[in-house]
Amino acid sequence: MSDLNDKATDDKATDDTAAARDATHWAKAVSRLKVSDVPAGAAGINVAGKRLAGPIQGFGKMWQKTYQVSLPRDRVSATELIATWKERFPDFWPEGNRFYAPLTGIEPGEVALIGMTLPGRMKLSTGVMVLYADDESFTLMTPQGHMFAGWITFSATERADQTVAQAQVLMRASDPIFELGLTLGGHGQEDKFWNHTMRSLAAHLGQPDAEVATVVICVDKRRQWSRWTNVWHSSAIRSTIYMLGAPLRGVRGMTRRGRPVG
Amino acid sequence: MTEATATFDVRLFGPASVVDIRGDVTSGSEDVLMTAYAAAGDARAIVLNFSDLSYMNSGGIGLLVTLLVRANRQSKQLMAFGLSDHYRQIFELTRLDEAVGIHDSEQSALRAAGVS
Repeated sequence: MSDLNDKATDDKATDDTAAARDATHWAKAVSRLKVSDVPAGAAGINVAGKRLAGPIQGFGKMWQKTYQVSLPRDRVSATELIATWKERFPDFWPEGNRFYAPLTGIEPGEVALIGMTLPGRMKLSTGVMVLYADDESFTLMTPQGHMFAGWITFSATERADQTVAQAQVLMRASDPIFELGLTLGGHGQEDKFWNHTMRSLAAHLGQPDAEVATVVICVDKRRQWSRWTNVWHSSAIRSTIYMLGAPLRGVRGMTRRGRPVG
Repeated sequence: MTEATATFDVRLFGPASVVDIRGDVTSGSEDVLMTAYAAAGDARAIVLNFSDLSYMNSGGIGLLVTLLVRANRQSKQLMAFGLSDHYRQIFELTRLDEAVGIHDSEQSALRAAGVS
C-alpha cells in the first residue's frame, strides 16, 4: 500500500513538473495580437489586431522545410546555442531584412515586428508571435496576412560529438498571390534566406565554413481554395497601400503641427 | 530538443480507432505516432486520447498537423479527448481546434465517429 502511495505521490510530482514546464514555455491564449511598442522604422499595421494563422489556415501547398548546420559539441552545447540564437536572432538575418526583437527578448507570447525586402525591392511589414520557447527550442507563429501561414521552430540537438542547429518551417502560402510568388522563385529566395541565417549563426559560433543541409518536403500538394479570401489580409497589399499613403500622412502631420493651439 | 518518450497504443472500435498517448510528445515522436496511425487500419476516425499526456512542445503540435494532413488525404476524421484546459488553450492558440474535433470524453468522441 505504501508503495502505491509513493507511486501516486511521484506521479503527481511528475505531473506538477510537466504543468510547470508548460506554463512557462507556451504563450498564453490570445484572440488577436497586440503591438505595444512600435520601434522606429517598423510598422505594426499588419500585426496589431490580427489573429494568428497556422498551416491549417493557409491557402497553398503545405511545405516542411528543414535547414540544419552541425557544430562541434565541445565548442557549443544545445542550450548555449539556443541562448545565443535567441539573444542575437536579428543579427543572423540577411541584409535588407529587419527583425525588431521584443524588448524582453524571445519569450512566449511576445510579438516581434518584421520589415522585409522582397524581390523588386518591395517593402513588406509583418510580424510574428513567440508561440513557444524553452532552453533547446523556440517557435515563431505568423499572423494573418503574413507571406505564409505557419510556424518556424528553431532548435538544437546534441548528437554524438556534434550540436545540430535546425530551423524548420511548416507552412502554406497565405493566399493565392503569395502562392504564385512562392512558385515563381519565392521558395528559392526563402531557401537562400535561411541558408544565410544558418551560415551566419555557424560563423558566429566559430564555424564560418559550415555546410547547411536543406530538406524540403511537400506535406500536402493540395491547395485550400476555400482560403483564397485570406488575400484580404495580405501584408504585401496593405504594406504597399501604407507606403503609397506615406506622403499624405507626412503632409497631414505637418498641418497638425502648424495648427495654432486653443 | 529532447528524445521521444511517448508511447501510442491503439484500440480498434470498428469505424474508429483510439490512440492512447502517454508521455512527452515532441518532434522526436514522429515514427511511433505514424506507426500507431498505420496500426489504426481502415478506421474512418482516428481518436487521440490525451488523458495521459505529460507534456507536448511545439514540435509535437507540428506533428499533429502532419498527422491531420495524412488523415484528411485518406478522408479520415481526426478527433481528440482528454485534453487538459491548458492543452485546449494550445489547440485554440494554434487553431488546431478548427480542424480536430475536440470532445469531453471517449464515449462522446466514439459516438461522433459512429461507434454505436
